[in-house]
Amino acid sequence: MLTYLRRSAAQLVFVLLGIALINFFLLHLAPGDAAQVLAGESGAATPEYMEALRRQFGLDQPLYIQFLRYLGNLATFDLGYSFRQSLPVSELILQRLPATLLLMGTAIGFALVAGCSLGFLAARRAGKLTDTVISIVALLFYATPVFWVGIMLIVVFSVILDWLPVGGMTSVEANLSGLALVGDVALHLVLPAVTLGLFYLAIYARLMRAAMLEVYGQDFVRTARAKGVRPRRIAWRHVLRNALLPIVTTLGVQLGSILGGAVLVETVFSWPGLGRLAFSALFQRDLNLLLGILFCSSVVVVLVNIAVDLVYTLLDPRIELG
Amino acid sequence: MSDPIPADPVLAVDGLSIAFQTRRGLLPAVRDLSFSVGRGEMLAIVGESGCGKSLTALALLGLVPTPGRVTGGAVRLEGRNLLALDEAALRHVRGARISMIFQEPMTALNPVLTVGEQIMEAILEHEPVSRKAARERTLALLERVRIPDPARRFAEYPHRMSGGMRQRVMIAMALAGAPAVLVADEPTTALDVTIQAQILSLIDELRREQGTAVVFITHDLGVVSRYVDRVLVMYAGRKVEERDTRDLFADPFHPYTQGLIAAQPRGLIAAQPRGLAARSQADARLPGVARERLTEIPGTVPALAAMPPGCAFAPRCPLADDLCARTVPPPRPAGSGLVACHHAGESHAI
Repeated sequence: MLTYLRRSAAQLVFVLLGIALINFFLLHLAPGDAAQVLAGESGAATPEYMEALRRQFGLDQPLYIQFLRYLGNLATFDLGYSFRQSLPVSELILQRLPATLLLMGTAIGFALVAGCSLGFLAARRAGKLTDTVISIVALLFYATPVFWVGIMLIVVFSVILDWLPVGGMTSVEANLSGLALVGDVALHLVLPAVTLGLFYLAIYARLMRAAMLEVYGQDFVRTARAKGVRPRRIAWRHVLRNALLPIVTTLGVQLGSILGGAVLVETVFSWPGLGRLAFSALFQRDLNLLLGILFCSSVVVVLVNIAVDLVYTLLDPRIELG
Repeated sequence: MSDPIPADPVLAVDGLSIAFQTRRGLLPAVRDLSFSVGRGEMLAIVGESGCGKSLTALALLGLVPTPGRVTGGAVRLEGRNLLALDEAALRHVRGARISMIFQEPMTALNPVLTVGEQIMEAILEHEPVSRKAARERTLALLERVRIPDPARRFAEYPHRMSGGMRQRVMIAMALAGAPAVLVADEPTTALDVTIQAQILSLIDELRREQGTAVVFITHDLGVVSRYVDRVLVMYAGRKVEERDTRDLFADPFHPYTQGLIAAQPRGLIAAQPRGLAARSQADARLPGVARERLTEIPGTVPALAAMPPGCAFAPRCPLADDLCARTVPPPRPAGSGLVACHHAGESHAI
């Protein structure tokens, strides 16, 4: 276990180095830089003014110098300065990270619990009406674009029924604190989390159903039946645990991609998260900020994958770390 | 000659038929199979792959997998017809009165549960005992099947064990409810030869001590000949011969049985056909005599969908004639049992 953690820590360093390299050069392939955007927004700029801006931001240096400088800063946990927002990048990220983590966590949690339950139910009633209904609903959620689901949910639950807030994370007018604030945020969280979660729910439901049915065909299930184990116990104790393995794998992969989904949902629901920050940074050529966000999410993904490996060992005794 | 049907059988199978449901209708895989086993008796069901022996084994526990289904007959366990029971009632019989061990000990155990849990489950699902009591009994069972250091093995996962050990665990699990009948579906096929012998003598010992009746499914006559009381030979879903072991090896009546015995490597078989036994004595007197080639049965088992109207063995049989091609031979009494062949007994009396 310790050996495993030590080795993954060493791997982490190389992975992060690679991520930094790819992020940095990919973003530099895009035309234009912050100086051009700033100059463009101010209406007109002389070449001298642009030069001065570039010198000020270090953009006149050769690319490899800029990269080395970026690495040096990363090593000291300095993510740079956002010239557009006039704030340090780390501060901006830390402001937005909790909101995104809350949204992602809730959405994935909802998707996992509801998706796996539906998949479990569908597998136990395979071929029956329940199974058909669940499979069709899952397919619908899977095929519907996330932003459209978001807008429809707003129309139904906020506009027509007026049950839930349209967007944002807290009610602006009220100055809430303590438990009332938690309740307020939870109310605001429902629609974006459900919107983001529905797509993943569909994936987990389908995956869980398939995994369960595959495990049902295994020899050890026949052994359990031959010993006279109750069908319910076979499902929960023998099949479910084995079927969870592919779910955990997918979870690890998806946690990395969910930030992409979060961009859309955060935009639709004006959720003050990292996704929207990344979105605006991209359009404003705020390279430092964008790099910082990409780097942070990469770190999260790598850490999540280590966590997934650890969960594996809890679920499957055949997998040993080290 | 002893009676082939035990006077008071624990398990009596009567006219069992199993078929596969296909788009073009039912495809019979086992036809009109009858046999019975008495207390403490060991019966071998022998035949080539695809003859329906494993399907029969599963049918004894009501576990025939789809698209297969039992289309007729009765399986009476201690007088009760299992085929008439619903799934809930059947569950109480499985693992308690009849249990089963399988061919692949590698895949037959759940990889994410310890062997102790899996054996305990067989007790806890049938009896209202405490976990502590179930644990005690499990440890005793592990000891019973000669697994060294039971307390440590109890908490071990199956992947840590060898094939032989896992098969012992399977046997312990099957015996947990002290069943009247143990069905063993090729339990030694996936094991090393030395381990095979150990597992066989373990099963033999347990049935002698506990009086459990054993139905032993195998494709290998030689492996079981030392242990079983009676042999039932199946071919293409039908019983072709059923005899006391000694008689069968001494004088097989059905041409298929003769072929099976001739195809066995000698030395593995305890009791050999008369002619072969005489020759092996000759071999022993003359060291350095070249070994004989094994005789094989020409051809293959006909496919389920292309079963001939008459005797299914006729296309491969040296004795086959028009009668064989037209009509299925009915089973008739022969020596200590039954044979289903038009020509059996033509060369000498049966």
